Amino acid sequence: MSVIITARIQGPSCSLSPRPQPLEPGSCLIPLGPGTMWSFTRRAALWVPLPRRLSPSPRPRNARTAVCGRPPGPSSGRPEGAGPAPAWSKVPQSPSWQPVEVCEFPEVTMEMIDHLERLALVDFRNQEGIERLADAIQFANQLHAVDTEGVEPMDSVLEDRPLYLREDTVTEGYCAEAILSNAKQVVEEYFIAPPGNIPLPKKEERDSFLQHSNR
Amino acid sequence: MALPLVGLCAWCRRALVSRTASRLTVVRGSARSPAAAAAATAAARDGRSKSKWMGVVGLEVHAQLCSNSKLFSGSRVQFSAPPNALVSFLDASLPGTLPVLNKHCVEAAVMTGLALNCTINKKSMFDRKHYFYADLPVGYQITQQRCPIAINGNLAYSLYVGKNRNHMMPKLVRIQQIQLEQDSGRSLHDDARTQTLIDLNRAGIGLMEIVMEPDMCCGDEAAAAVRELQLILQTLGTCHGNMAEGQLRVDANVSVHQRGRPYGVRAEVKNINSPRFLARAIDYEIQRQIDILENGGKILNETRAFDYKTGQTISMRDKEGKQDYRFMPEPNLPPLTIYDNETLSSNVNPQQVVNIDHIRELLPELPDAKRKRLVKKYGILAEHTFTLVNEDGLVQFFETVLDQTEANPKKVIGWILNDFLALLKQNNLSVNQSPITPSALAELLTLLEKGFISSSAAKQVFVELWKGEGKSAVQIVEQKKLGLIQDHRKLEQICQRVIEDHPSEISEIQQGNWKVLNKLIGQVQRATHGRAAPTVVKFILEKKLS
Repeated sequence: MSVIITARIQGPSCSLSPRPQPLEPGSCLIPLGPGTMWSFTRRAALWVPLPRRLSPSPRPRNARTAVCGRPPGPSSGRPEGAGPAPAWSKVPQSPSWQPVEVCEFPEVTMEMIDHLERLALVDFRNQEGIERLADAIQFANQLHAVDTEGVEPMDSVLEDRPLYLREDTVTEGYCAEAILSNAKQVVEEYFIAPPGNIPLPKKEERDSFLQHSNR
Repeated sequence: MALPLVGLCAWCRRALVSRTASRLTVVRGSARSPAAAAAATAAARDGRSKSKWMGVVGLEVHAQLCSNSKLFSGSRVQFSAPPNALVSFLDASLPGTLPVLNKHCVEAAVMTGLALNCTINKKSMFDRKHYFYADLPVGYQITQQRCPIAINGNLAYSLYVGKNRNHMMPKLVRIQQIQLEQDSGRSLHDDARTQTLIDLNRAGIGLMEIVMEPDMCCGDEAAAAVRELQLILQTLGTCHGNMAEGQLRVDANVSVHQRGRPYGVRAEVKNINSPRFLARAIDYEIQRQIDILENGGKILNETRAFDYKTGQTISMRDKEGKQDYRFMPEPNLPPLTIYDNETLSSNVNPQQVVNIDHIRELLPELPDAKRKRLVKKYGILAEHTFTLVNEDGLVQFFETVLDQTEANPKKVIGWILNDFLALLKQNNLSVNQSPITPSALAELLTLLEKGFISSSAAKQVFVELWKGEGKSAVQIVEQKKLGLIQDHRKLEQICQRVIEDHPSEISEIQQGNWKVLNKLIGQVQRATHGRAAPTVVKFILEKKLS
């Protein structure tokens, strides 16, 4: 049975720590008024001092919202909207980053796009896609502003860990049915693939090719 | 003026000159002879550029590792099995699988690196090589490109050169690197239904890619290097080295250039099934490139397949510029650390350790060392050691025979190579399957050495022994009465009778014509049914007639 705790609604000068009223045996607790959904978590939240930004904005205290007010705590004496962050907050209270100077917009040529499309089998589709690519390259180029003089490049976050070497025993395999179960076409336990290395159509044909493709 | 052919090996010079200049006299022997100089200047006058071409051949060898399970997954490695039966989820590239490296493959690669005098990198890294093909379901191959497991080695091999190809010249080819990589699956092209059947049993098997520097100049050198590499890998036990079964795949990068000029554009030749075809393919490709360049054409940087029926290379596909594999570090595998006795610390799990010094101790006797030892110990010719070492088990047979007989090693080697090996090849048997045991052969050779039988009789006994009916050499000699007559008096009697039967020959001899003596010896042999030793008979006859 879930327990819903109510707090007695008091006037504007109410105390800040509502205490649960003693229950009379047999009575049930009903949330009072529309919009005042009381729940255990809400009560718990009332005891957690909220950071200034997340705390409810100051508004005229009325009977309904009285107990939503700020609970007592170390910040209880702080005035609204002022001062440095509390000592426990890891979130910086003001922006701490400086914008990197904008590098020149990268030149993305049609040959490069062609080349990338063939290599990675991706489709940039139209000019907007290419511009998005150029934007992404410019965003990533900001990394060049970092000075990496004398720093070894890292290729894996696991670089400090030893590579595990497995003993040379047979532990897997013999599950042809499971392996082939996802394949669209299968012939006598072989996968079926289209004939190899069909060259991509040339650029002039590609636009019409795209229009007819069902992607 | 420097001779234009000096850069090539002697056999190449001969081959190229004889092929390209039919009007010139064929150069024999060393190119430094005056005849060669004259021929070279004549060539210089006629088709001057023809004789200046030098072939440059670099090999990329992929050797399939002999292990029980694959390089990154636990599926079995087996040559023939039902399609897709030996495939695990990683080999099928299903999402959520990760590669786990096989320790035995690492040890095999380190052993091969040590046998080829390479420097083993204590820290090597894995990369991904991206390309799209149906037999590579995951779209990339895990290989080692930046930092392979072994670098900078060399392979020493010998080449038959000279007029009769009987002179061995030692040669060296540098090895750029040895790396571990994954094999791809097998695709069977069904052109009738324009589809490809994919079998992933082979996908994920560990391969060692051995990249050699372009130090070779012709097909023969490449074939000799590959044969030597096959022998070394088989001796180490890391690879069976059977080219026909695809366990050793060789791709040749061939180009030609003129002496002093930069290297030419290279073409890659694939689909080669044996060292002999390798030599033919490379020679054809060098000649084709020379012909194109002579006629003012250009060589394309392409991949060509070798057709063994026609002996020609055919263009496979046009490499549109250089294939860009977009190498990237493999994020799922940290660097591979290999230890040696100095860097090994006690807090590392010994089961996880690959120790270079430990593996160096486990190295068996390599073919080259074996040959040198045979020459030193028994005094046989170097060429014979090559034939001995090439055949599996023959060295052991030879040494066992020598242990049990006192015959001269040089005579024994003659019997082994000429008679024994010939019969083995005729009947397509290996040394283990031979019906003649080493002790039987040793017995026969002892009889021969002690003079109980003649060499022709010994050959008859050998053929009898081959039938494998369980009789020993001594028994066969007794049964067939092949033993030489040891009784001197009986021999003298027979000689006397022959002398009395041929008075005209005697008178000729007494007049000084000693050549007729051979006829008399023949008569004695006929009378004794070949059981008389020719030298003894000659001695007796000469004694009687002088």
